[in-house]
Amino acid sequence: MNRSHVLWLVAAWLGFAVLPWHVPSSRFAHEVPWPSGLMLSLTGAEPWLVPIALVLVLPAMALAAEGIGRANLLVASGCAGLVALLAQGFLVGLDGWAFAALDEAFGAVEGQAGLGLGALVTAFALLFLLTTGLAGRGAMKGDRFTTGAIGLVVSSILVFVFFPVAHILAGAATPDGDMSGMAAFVARLTAADIWSLACLAGEGRCGVAWTSVFVATLTGIVTTLLGLAFALVATRTNFPFKRALRLLTVLPIITPPFVIGLAVILLFGRNGTVTLALSDWFGLTSTRWIYGLPGILLTQALAFTPIAFLVMVGIVQGISPSMEEAAQTLRADRWRTFRRVTWPLLRPGLANAFLIGFIESLADFGNPLVLGGNYEVLSTKIFYAVVGAQHDPGRAAALAIVLLSLCIGAFMAQRLWLGRRSYTTMSGKGDAGLPAALPGWLKASIYAVALPWAAFTFLLYVLILFGGFVVNWGRDNSFTLRHYETGFGLAWGEHGLQWTGRAWNSLFTTLEIAAVSAPLTAGMGLLTAYLLVRQRFAGQGAFEFMTLLSFAIPGTVIGVSYILAYNEPPVELTGTAVILVLCFIFRNMPVSIRAGVAAMSQIDRSLDECALTLRSGSARTVRRVIIPLLRPAIVAALVYSFVRAITSVSAVIFLVSARHDLATSYIVGRVEAGDFGLAIAYSSVLIVLMGLGILFIQWIVGERRLSRRSSADLKPFKVTA
Amino acid sequence: MRSNRFNRTLMAAAAVSAFWAGSGQAAAESLTLYCSVQEEWCQAMVNAFTAETGIDVAMTRKSSGETFAQIQAESGNPKGDVWWGGTGDPHLQAAEEGLTEEYQSPRLAELQPWARQQAESSKSRTVGIYAGALGFVYNTEIVAEKKLPEPACWADLVKPEYKGEIQIANPNSSGTSYTALATLVQLLGEQPAFDYLAQLNANVNQYTKSGAAPATAAARGETAIGIVFMHDGVTQVVGGFPVKVVAPCEGTGYEIGSMSLIKGGPNPDAAKKWYDWALSPAAQEIGATANSFQVPSNTGAKTPPEAPSLDTVKLIDYDFAKYGSSDERKRLLGRWDSEIGSKN
Repeated sequence: MNRSHVLWLVAAWLGFAVLPWHVPSSRFAHEVPWPSGLMLSLTGAEPWLVPIALVLVLPAMALAAEGIGRANLLVASGCAGLVALLAQGFLVGLDGWAFAALDEAFGAVEGQAGLGLGALVTAFALLFLLTTGLAGRGAMKGDRFTTGAIGLVVSSILVFVFFPVAHILAGAATPDGDMSGMAAFVARLTAADIWSLACLAGEGRCGVAWTSVFVATLTGIVTTLLGLAFALVATRTNFPFKRALRLLTVLPIITPPFVIGLAVILLFGRNGTVTLALSDWFGLTSTRWIYGLPGILLTQALAFTPIAFLVMVGIVQGISPSMEEAAQTLRADRWRTFRRVTWPLLRPGLANAFLIGFIESLADFGNPLVLGGNYEVLSTKIFYAVVGAQHDPGRAAALAIVLLSLCIGAFMAQRLWLGRRSYTTMSGKGDAGLPAALPGWLKASIYAVALPWAAFTFLLYVLILFGGFVVNWGRDNSFTLRHYETGFGLAWGEHGLQWTGRAWNSLFTTLEIAAVSAPLTAGMGLLTAYLLVRQRFAGQGAFEFMTLLSFAIPGTVIGVSYILAYNEPPVELTGTAVILVLCFIFRNMPVSIRAGVAAMSQIDRSLDECALTLRSGSARTVRRVIIPLLRPAIVAALVYSFVRAITSVSAVIFLVSARHDLATSYIVGRVEAGDFGLAIAYSSVLIVLMGLGILFIQWIVGERRLSRRSSADLKPFKVTA
Repeated sequence: MRSNRFNRTLMAAAAVSAFWAGSGQAAAESLTLYCSVQEEWCQAMVNAFTAETGIDVAMTRKSSGETFAQIQAESGNPKGDVWWGGTGDPHLQAAEEGLTEEYQSPRLAELQPWARQQAESSKSRTVGIYAGALGFVYNTEIVAEKKLPEPACWADLVKPEYKGEIQIANPNSSGTSYTALATLVQLLGEQPAFDYLAQLNANVNQYTKSGAAPATAAARGETAIGIVFMHDGVTQVVGGFPVKVVAPCEGTGYEIGSMSLIKGGPNPDAAKKWYDWALSPAAQEIGATANSFQVPSNTGAKTPPEAPSLDTVKLIDYDFAKYGSSDERKRLLGRWDSEIGSKN
């Protein structure tokens, strides 16, 4: 306790007395020579910082105290410090006091800029002083790592998920015309176009909540089954082209939005290649059948199956063969083994894959936009309630609440289905069995599902690649490099190499931001997963749900809520790259959490206990025991967060700025302008770069080595997700 | 172990704070531009302005709806200086909500009457920079193949032979389509206009989300006819697609692409320089070089030859003040939704 106490005390004073307290701002040019928090409060420039200075004396005094007294002092100073820091931030805005009453009480003040580096360091230090104190009082068996981790995750979710989301959801209760806030809230939430069941009676259309749930459920089921089929092919068969198959299943996840939709239109649209061929051969009239539910389902299945696969492959591979061998020793046949042993152990994977597919589908915006036809879903409706001709943020907020509730429902259902069973299959015991072979007909049917799908995906990608090299895809198929020149031109000028292409700027920003946010996202996600699976604390259910929030809220709403929350002090981040990084971390974290939770529930607790018995702390156990066993989950988390930072659209539309423009917002602009050539060329470049990124991640993280044999070659089993 | 953890925390904090510290630094003379036309056009404007004035422009391109939502959300601490381009209605709404600044450019007198009228109806909070008329775009190949008559008038579009061949955006999401709705109401009267739209509904195969999408769909043969702004159709013609652009014979409505100064923006002086410059004939002729064929608002600027000339198109006397107001818009959109939108 001593060392971490001193450490965080020093950090707190470093942040307060040395580092600049505010973000640089042209508006507040203080005469104070060194604008640290201490100087600002001593010179009287910002007297509201004085309480923080006073609180920071407490932990220094605590050094003299011992035992529980010291712990209590630390808790008190942490709490008081955080309260003082937040209070001054919210009470003093850009233009002085935030409330008129304070003007009268203390006289008018000048105002202050947003919190800067110094405040950030001090806030972290106060938080960890608090958690150190809590551990000293015996919380979490006195484990400082665990209390610190819980403190870190909870507070960052409060600041970067709850705070912005509360901003926008409050919008659902803004008064509308002569309706009071409450009445408007109820009216918006119960609107007929959300809940109507008219289509069942055969008149008019059903509410958008039902149509969204319908398509999300279908997508969830389809992607989970496809993901399972691919996972079984990849781990339980001796299919000769496993590596190629894995590559193919990962391709759609690294495809920027709109591209799959465009390719599907150019194949199956009314004037698409396949449609025309069919109408030539069979004399069918070409129709617009792809627009609507079929199109959404097809593109979402293409886009989200890989995520299901990434979740499932770790699970399938992690199932201990010795259990299956035991079943077979007890004379169960292959089917019975699969049905009674393998399948139940797949349940955490299935549930998590379905949950992700369901929520991804609900939040998906690009595919319904391109292929939705007249089929309405919540995500596009929310987008156009914000930016469309209606400009009705209140309605958008209400729709967002509906979407959120649907996600809560799915989450609850998943918990119910998984129940309290144990899915542990990795223990410290020797485990050298061979995975059971699949029943013959099951093998045949997973081949029948997976191979055509793989072929279809392959075809689609050949076409996409091709689309970047032709003058005008679908019209003029003569070869050209024009699109690549426009986007990625290079020239030798007076000053050496010049990046003349129009896409370079956004490409570099995108890669930089993705590279920064991916490890942070995966780290936060896996840390959270560890807390959820391995630790028990009060409010854990609520905590787990909180982590899912930002994922379930559509990107548009997150984007607008981030502007509302972080455009003004205390936290002023709009127009910077930080806001993009933060948005990606908290938006993509839930997938890292799901992957981590699913993988960790397979690892026997006795491994942790063993390490703990050998007097290793929690942190060491995580590093030496859990992380090596989690490698597939780490790869999944890193890959997913890296890729999502590159391909997400709706959340970042509002957050990009001139200096920090992103690839996707550029691509969307090109698609809107009908310039498909450049959009596809840019996407192809991104696909290649993301592919390289994934290889790099796998190389860095390495493979999980389980002492298991593969029936095919008896070499150590390899995992590459 | 503890120091290891601390190192990692510090590294993460450093990564975050590096960005944090990098923000908010002001350059010598700069301008933040929110641009709501096509990217090529935005970029060409920015380059020309920087070359002429030396002012460094940070430009963000977003659709007019997105920009409006952003300016609204940022109003407590505005980050942008000028909002240039995009259809007039959201500019008028921003003016109505007091998000934009009053300003009268010395160049106001050089502008077309419709551009000046836009300034008058917003109490000088916005001004017209270009205009584009509403029309049809049709795919000549499909029309020939299906032996359909070539559409020439609004009245043609409800004919049964066009069943399932027409696309128009949903007015709830698209300003283009709202302009069409308001045009029909002004052209026919409200009740006949809704009767017409109900008849048209039988021929519409999809209400798209974005206003220009029907033009792309017609170009790619996904629909025979799209109801769009004519300049969006011209872009497809220039792109080599088999489409033709028509102006409805009964007369048609139009949009006034507008420009506003954002209230409380960080660089008000540079913003005014841009504003005056963007109204000059030279600046207004840049659009045609960037594949955008709207009609410029400065009487001295040459209209690009590809642009559908507003002299030959029969324009209605569009009441922007009335149909741009939030109340009227909400009422018409509500009626459209209950009578047509919810019946699909």
